[in-house]
Amino acid sequence: MKKLFPIQHVMGYLFSLILSVVALSVILWDMSVALGLTILLICAAVQMSVQLFMFMHIGENKSKTALYTNLGYALLVGLITIFGTLFTMIWGYQIK
Amino acid sequence: MKWDEFFVTGEPMIYGAMASIVLASLAIVVGLTYFKKWGYLWREWLTTVDHKKIGIMYIIAALLMLFRGGMDGLLMRAQLAIPENGLLDAQHYNEIFTTHGLIMILFMAMPFVIGLMNVVIPLQIGARDVAFPRLNAVSFWLFFAGAMLLNISFVIGGSPDAGWTAYFPLASIELSPTVGNNYYSIALQIAGIGTLLTSVNFLVTILKMRAPGMKLMRMPMFTWSVLITNVIILFAFPVLTVSLALMMFDRMFGAQFFTMANGGMDMLWANLFWVWGHPEVYIVILPAFGIYSEIISTFSRKNLYGYKSMVYSMVIISLLSFLVWAHHFYTMGHGVTVNGFFSISTMAIAVPTGVKIFNWLFTLRKGKIEFTTPMLYSLAFIPIFTIGGVTGVMLAMASADYQYHNTMFLVAHFHYVLIPGTVFAVLAGFYYWFPKLFGFRLNDKQGKRAFWLIAVSFNVTFLPLFFLGLKGMTRRTFTYSAETGFGPLNMLASIGAVGLALGFVYLVYNIYWSFRYAPRDTTGDPWDARTLEWSTPSPVPEYNFALIPKVDGLDPFWNSKKTGQPLTEGEYEEIHMPNNSGQPFILGMIFMAFGFCMVFSWWVPSIVFGIGIVIMLAVRSFERDHGRHISVKEIKETEQRLRGEQS
Repeated sequence: MKKLFPIQHVMGYLFSLILSVVALSVILWDMSVALGLTILLICAAVQMSVQLFMFMHIGENKSKTALYTNLGYALLVGLITIFGTLFTMIWGYQIK
Repeated sequence: MKWDEFFVTGEPMIYGAMASIVLASLAIVVGLTYFKKWGYLWREWLTTVDHKKIGIMYIIAALLMLFRGGMDGLLMRAQLAIPENGLLDAQHYNEIFTTHGLIMILFMAMPFVIGLMNVVIPLQIGARDVAFPRLNAVSFWLFFAGAMLLNISFVIGGSPDAGWTAYFPLASIELSPTVGNNYYSIALQIAGIGTLLTSVNFLVTILKMRAPGMKLMRMPMFTWSVLITNVIILFAFPVLTVSLALMMFDRMFGAQFFTMANGGMDMLWANLFWVWGHPEVYIVILPAFGIYSEIISTFSRKNLYGYKSMVYSMVIISLLSFLVWAHHFYTMGHGVTVNGFFSISTMAIAVPTGVKIFNWLFTLRKGKIEFTTPMLYSLAFIPIFTIGGVTGVMLAMASADYQYHNTMFLVAHFHYVLIPGTVFAVLAGFYYWFPKLFGFRLNDKQGKRAFWLIAVSFNVTFLPLFFLGLKGMTRRTFTYSAETGFGPLNMLASIGAVGLALGFVYLVYNIYWSFRYAPRDTTGDPWDARTLEWSTPSPVPEYNFALIPKVDGLDPFWNSKKTGQPLTEGEYEEIHMPNNSGQPFILGMIFMAFGFCMVFSWWVPSIVFGIGIVIMLAVRSFERDHGRHISVKEIKETEQRLRGEQS
């Protein structure tokens, strides 16, 4: 019975709920932008690891090359999207 | 909400559409009842998890959408044929060009490509189905739900009207207060989930289910192109998912992501849209490249020239496709650095694409070329697509782009890449793989006539638009005055559009005629082709291969025919197949109802259907279904029947 109960998923779900509430606190309480963004970034990082480890079980993957290729590519595309957007919309923008 | 807001009123054309929808639905219901086909429809199609049938359903849906989108195109051409035409008003014209774009890209090109992918990939890699057959059915029904939702918008509530790009602030709730753009965010979201599931499914299928001996570098080129396409889908579609969710929050729940005030940024939508949108272009073009590679190689009776460079160029295209998105809005006001960077990365894409073009030309060189209908499409693709490509490089130059931006020149350019690129490819693939599915070829003579009608009319329609664009005619304007001098060329384009329409009607006649009269093919290999899908009988039995073939090089079936070495060995064994299920269909219908209620902000029914979705997922999670086995006796009988042997 113990093996059948998806404890990881339930824990992951609870963590996600808690993280969402923490993120919500940023707008509910008055705080500086820097502090708010710090909280959000930390929450995002934790959320990402919850997804990867508790739902997607990346620890169980046998082929390490496939795993790292995947993560690498995902990271690359993610970073391109984020920094590319900052580049086009803020840093490289002409008209203020 | 009043009834006259719910239904679109006051347009005779839309009343006609309503009447035809009601009549068509009635005809279908009556027909199914009269011919007692309800059970057949449910058992064989609605509940199927067979990749071939799902592929056929995708292709039928895509053909229907081709005609829906084509009607939109014809209406636009009719409106623009003469100056100051009063056929359509501005609002109606806006809705038509928006849905034309959405339907053609997301509900015609995508499902046609995915349909061919469904039909061909498992057969080409020697597998019995995709990795997750039930998930595959879910993908289809989610796509179907999204497509239907978008299609009813023009009679119920009003279509999206802010362009297929739905730029903010125009698409915001202040400037587009109707539910049109709610349809946009919800319908695309639902269809998008289906597409993401497809990509996961096919990535696993191609990576894990290839026949023994088929290493990555021995995969047919179409399989390679689909593998890379699915990688792009997997990484690009989440951006669309998030953007559409933000759009939904803005429009329905008062969020301020894309507003002009309160820290929102309207052009951030354009940015995010194209972060997804540019890779999307390659999602519809790369499989086309794969299809052309197969066809050109088959009908030149030669192996593909430069196999490795074909693969590497596609990998490079897939990476570059994520680095060029800002070229869609050079005129937004970026500095020189941004525009310079994106100019260069865009031009860089022309290099791997050029490599591919030369590889096809070298495959043709000294080949024994056979001019069949699919080959004609493939040959026409090369010069026409090159015109599209070269004008693309012109548009890529940021400073020059200030001249062409949002003109008919751009419209001509992307039709010159998308039609010979994607549409010709899916039609070629349709003619090429049709005998595999149905056991007979489409009539070649009629096919060629349709081809010439389509290819010539295409150029008559879209070539004038280049010149109109250079003269200064902007896109998305519903009328123009006679003094502009745009009249004659527009009339020419409209005449071409009629020719295109006739070509597609003739193509449908070709399908109908061939169903009735075409001679049946008993060999399973009517084209004398090269890859594994042709080694099994047509129409393909549900288990695809009675014995899984063994592969020891490129073009295994061709080699086996030349050397006489059989592809398979051993005795038949029981085959394990998945069971049919009605759940994916039901899930899709609940999603459609959920989406519809969300569009109109009917919260209580939305929550009810939302719970329905969760229940369906839970049912699936706790279900135990171990599939079924096909006995050796049944396999023997099927094989003898299909291969025409006497028992």
